[in-house]
Amino acid sequence: MWGRVLALVVKEFITLLKEGRSREVLIVPPLIQLLVFGYAASYDLKHVPYALYNEDPGPGARRLAAMLRGSSSFHEAARVSSIGEVAPLVDARKVLVVLHIDARFTRDLLAGRPARVQLIVDGRNSNTALIAVGYLRQIVQRFDAQWATEHALPAPPAALETRAWFNPNLESRWFFLPGIIGILTLLITMVITALSVAREREQGTFDQLLVTPMRPVEILLGKALPGFIIGIVEASAITLIAVLWFGIPLLGSLAALYTGLALFLLSAVGVGLMISSLAVTQQQGLLGAFLFMVPAVILSGFATPIANMPAAIQLITLIDPLRYFLVILRKVFLEGAPAAQLVHQFWPMALIGLASMAAAGWLFRHRMY
Amino acid sequence: MSATGMRLRGLVRKEFLQIVRDPSSIAIAFVMPVALLLLFGYGLSLDVERVPVALVVESPSADTADFVASLRGSRYFAPAAVPGMPQAERALLEGRVDAIVRLRADFAARERSARGAPVQLVVNGIDANTARLVEGYMDGALTAWMMRRAAENGRSFAPPVDVEHRVWFNADVRSRNFLVPGLMVVIMTLTGALLTAMVMAREWERGTMEALIVTPVGIGEILLGKLIPYFVLGIGGMLLSVAMARWLFAVPLTGSFWLLLATSAVFMLVALGMGLLISSVARIQFVAGQVALITTFLPAFLLSGFIFEIGNMPRVVQAITHLFAARYFVAIVTTLFLAGDIWSVIVPNTLVLALMAVIFLGLTRLKTRKRLD
Repeated sequence: MWGRVLALVVKEFITLLKEGRSREVLIVPPLIQLLVFGYAASYDLKHVPYALYNEDPGPGARRLAAMLRGSSSFHEAARVSSIGEVAPLVDARKVLVVLHIDARFTRDLLAGRPARVQLIVDGRNSNTALIAVGYLRQIVQRFDAQWATEHALPAPPAALETRAWFNPNLESRWFFLPGIIGILTLLITMVITALSVAREREQGTFDQLLVTPMRPVEILLGKALPGFIIGIVEASAITLIAVLWFGIPLLGSLAALYTGLALFLLSAVGVGLMISSLAVTQQQGLLGAFLFMVPAVILSGFATPIANMPAAIQLITLIDPLRYFLVILRKVFLEGAPAAQLVHQFWPMALIGLASMAAAGWLFRHRMY
Repeated sequence: MSATGMRLRGLVRKEFLQIVRDPSSIAIAFVMPVALLLLFGYGLSLDVERVPVALVVESPSADTADFVASLRGSRYFAPAAVPGMPQAERALLEGRVDAIVRLRADFAARERSARGAPVQLVVNGIDANTARLVEGYMDGALTAWMMRRAAENGRSFAPPVDVEHRVWFNADVRSRNFLVPGLMVVIMTLTGALLTAMVMAREWERGTMEALIVTPVGIGEILLGKLIPYFVLGIGGMLLSVAMARWLFAVPLTGSFWLLLATSAVFMLVALGMGLLISSVARIQFVAGQVALITTFLPAFLLSGFIFEIGNMPRVVQAITHLFAARYFVAIVTTLFLAGDIWSVIVPNTLVLALMAVIFLGLTRLKTRKRLD
């Protein structure tokens, strides 16, 4: 049996790697994408362009403006001297935030009345808007604290002391990069598997394969192993880059990581082959690959937390293997979780993998035209 | 009717028949946008609400009870009392809560002291964005509580500076308002490329291209014959998505519908042109499919500025985003939906899209020759 499986595996590797373009498609893009996406995916704001609309000539406003200018998160893109200039700047997306300091700002501060500052934020991306407001509020709090100590004002009765576990500087890149490893691994396995059976069906060679002495299990293994092997190799390369180039801490054990990777590949290859054997044409195979991959990525908790989703959609995410793999990646990388803590992520992937593999094997014989 | 018109009509008719016979094109144009938009429109949200929080009160008193009550009243938090820090830390580790709030034993005493009482907040920093939002909301809740208490006691407590923020274009800060239009762009990119990525390669692979070559049909006509039917399908799918965004997800369409339709038509040409180009360069469906999988979805999702702000990316990556049409269309669509007909955003972005359409279709024209290599 293994001799026949090996022969099929060799043949699959030849089809995948013989064609120059196909070979490039498999190897080059995932690595480039890791570098590009690794830098692109972050919610942390740097150099937010803002405009200052300062109506107060006093020292209070000057100091607040200086603190803002000194912050690395903000970048003064314009100065405004009348309210009419604000809208065109924000509309054209020249600035994200306008800080309006009231004419009585310093006077109110000295008199102990609340001194008014108004922020105008472009809400076209409301997440960015909220983050920018948060940053600005932090700067204002620093200003408040300085002002209070200098003018011997009473301290507030309580203050928040925040500590962030596992990611002390709250760098969102640490959150996204493990996610990108998962997404790219999924992409590679889909690229390898989703069209492989459909192509043979369309070209008629699958029928020939079925009349050979190979049993469906052997065909299944022969089709699955290349995706599995290439997946392991590329995921390892990607992980290496994430650790060495991007400096993401890998606190956990490789054993936990690779157990997760192997089970994830089992489920991804299984789903890919299932789609492929369901498809009659390659066009359908490609459609199936997208119809699986796009929701798998978007609902995996990669960019928006699963906890924010309505209950019905949270149920759907239970059949998304990427959901479990992302948890494993993040926990192993950042928390250093041992394999024992991840059992509840392991078994659903194994289940999805076995079920989809079985379905693919069954479809080999029962979907014939 | 001119000869060109006749031939073109024949090609378009053939393509439509092929579409109807293999329902996967219809599925791409209509079922996929509806299904994906439904799933993501409801599924995607960055609005943090009812965050599970473990609450450790080391020595309960009237003061702490008051603070706890104000937390329970907040729509951002779902606090659960926990007897001590070890239990709370375990809950945080196991992911049952996203944060711990700890009021120490000396909270009531220190609250009346000159330096004030610390409220300890421990967040799970892995999801940094949620952690930041939780911190911001907790700070807001604490300040509101202090101001209310001060007012009740006849004292006045207020930080020296009073910051008031106004969010333009999305006053109630609903993340769905920008996620749904952004998703429309991602979905249209997929539809456009998927519809055409295979069609030229299919003709080459099946040998029907050879048959076409010996007919008097010109290359331009072949390409137009491919473009027109899928353009019609793509626009149909786009109209469906706009209707869903507007009525199902209640995203306000502030700008003009006709402008949205016109810019979408230009974008659809770019997306279809990209698919046709992939298809004519690859010539094998297998490779065309692989290229389409890699070059469409993830760039449109991650590099378009739809979720991740382009201005934050390093310059090299910003330069790369200029290569993807989705970037320009996201700017147009979010502006049209939320901000209105702002020409300073729409005109330059549409011009770039038009240029890209010309380049993609022109390259396709150059790459497709009536010749067997």
